[in-house]
Amino acid sequence: MSKVPHDLRFLKSHEWARLETDGTVTVGISDHAQQALGDLVFVEAPEAGRRVAAGEAIAVVESVKAASDVYSPVSGEIVAGNVDLGGQPELINQDPYGAGWIMRIRPDDKQQFAAMLDARGYEAQLAAETH
Amino acid sequence: MPFIPHTAAEVRQMLSTIGAPSTEALFDEIPAGLRTGSLEAIAPALSEMEIGRLMLERAAQDGRVLNFIGAGAYEHHIPAAIWAIATRGEFYSAYTPYQAEASQGTLQLLYEYQTMMAGLTGMQVSNASLYDGGSALAEACLMAVRAHRRSKAQRILVPDAVNPTYRDVTRAIAGNQNLVLETLPFDPRLGQTPAETLAAYRDQDVTALVIQQPNFFGVLEDVDMLTDLAHQRGMLVIAVVNPTSLAILKPPGQWGQHGVDIVCGEGQPLGVPLSSGGPYFGFLTTRLEHVRQMPGRLIGRTVDADGKPGFTLTLQAREQHIRRGKATSNICTNQGLLVTAATIYLSLLGPHGLAQVASSCVEQTSRLVAALTGVPGVRRVFAGPHFHEAVLALDRPVRGVLDALATRGIVGGYDLTSRYPALGPSLLVCATETRTAGDIERYAAALADVLQNATAA
Repeated sequence: MSKVPHDLRFLKSHEWARLETDGTVTVGISDHAQQALGDLVFVEAPEAGRRVAAGEAIAVVESVKAASDVYSPVSGEIVAGNVDLGGQPELINQDPYGAGWIMRIRPDDKQQFAAMLDARGYEAQLAAETH
Repeated sequence: MPFIPHTAAEVRQMLSTIGAPSTEALFDEIPAGLRTGSLEAIAPALSEMEIGRLMLERAAQDGRVLNFIGAGAYEHHIPAAIWAIATRGEFYSAYTPYQAEASQGTLQLLYEYQTMMAGLTGMQVSNASLYDGGSALAEACLMAVRAHRRSKAQRILVPDAVNPTYRDVTRAIAGNQNLVLETLPFDPRLGQTPAETLAAYRDQDVTALVIQQPNFFGVLEDVDMLTDLAHQRGMLVIAVVNPTSLAILKPPGQWGQHGVDIVCGEGQPLGVPLSSGGPYFGFLTTRLEHVRQMPGRLIGRTVDADGKPGFTLTLQAREQHIRRGKATSNICTNQGLLVTAATIYLSLLGPHGLAQVASSCVEQTSRLVAALTGVPGVRRVFAGPHFHEAVLALDRPVRGVLDALATRGIVGGYDLTSRYPALGPSLLVCATETRTAGDIERYAAALADVLQNATAA
């Protein structure tokens, strides 16, 4: 059973997001997503300064099985990409909600964050996918 | 006899199983406006005997000419062993097979090819080939846009001295993906791309600079200076090179302070016959840091469960069968047979043999230029150093001169007039190691005769 922390928001495409105290949104992929992908071998995180739109593919996670896009849950500006993933993509496997974060975005509109799935909604989706 | 294994009864059975009335009905979902309809320009099918006869007749039209044309495809000696080995049943296939790892021999060959191409170009990784030199440049430009993430402009600087056909192909493939190709002029005296032309791009967002070495005129560019200036201005550098020349010229991995980022080119000089223009193959090599943006297949060496060495496809996650529309390219290993020949060619010649071929080309071209510029009405256009081609100016339209030479069994060179009108009547000539002193004398005598007769007339 994969972990779904209750303080986070989610997308159906398996990204998680956390609203930080400074108003930025940290984004990564869920525990379920990292389990499904298997051992990650490469992560292409976005560079700071880039403008993104909600729903835009902004990062790529590559495992031995597949390469998948990571979508932005909000529109805004990339504040940081996780540079540690360059040398240690396995951080996403080991700690998807912590050291395995992928990028931090300054959102134009916090409503987009509020509109994401909450943990219960995401758990329901995972249950529906596996049944 | 059609080489289709299904009998009419089997086809009927398959259609009835899925509930389709006819094979044609399977294509119903394609809108009528997108269907080609009848293909009137395509002649009716011929039997093997008829097509064999037609091909022999067409081949006879080419005749047995004495060839001094290069311009992207080069007549080199191909030792008989190469195609004797390449056409063995074990190798005689265009593709890497499905279940690639079941064909260890093919994978080993591609691994050897990639190792040799990386070594020849001074790069760290090579793909398993592309269609030809032109499409390799297009793929290199698209790759540069993906690899240069800070650059948003999708602008590529391409010197006018780069093979015009490659530029056409690149525009056709990459232009539709919104890449902007901007032309850099060449120095009319030297035939080189002047480093000063890059000064204009000092504070602009430019993705990459293309440098062809030797360039289309056979002239050697100042690759160190161009590479360094481009890197200082934040551009990536794409080298287009002749693989034969790399046996004696500095590999692109050593150009300037840091070497170039991507190398591509036409692989035909490595054991592939001219064959009226193809099939040839393109090559592409790069630094390890850009490997995930490289199109095409990559073979790695590994060990199996018992610890025995073996070969495997690697980094497949970026390829089309997994990544679909977001794959780095739809290019696979189509040109595998030509790559097989090139790998055997390189193995057979070795570094020393290839260097002998390259040196012999330079020597024969110098002889050719000396002999032809000794003919009244002919002069050399560019003063810069050359590899195995040079541009000659004639005192009259080139077309008529080439036609007159053709009647004497001589293909005199590539007429530059339409592509480079500013040069005036000019001819690109080439001599490889296959041209003897006697061949060159024959050409010079014929050219003197043609020019003199025309004057008299």
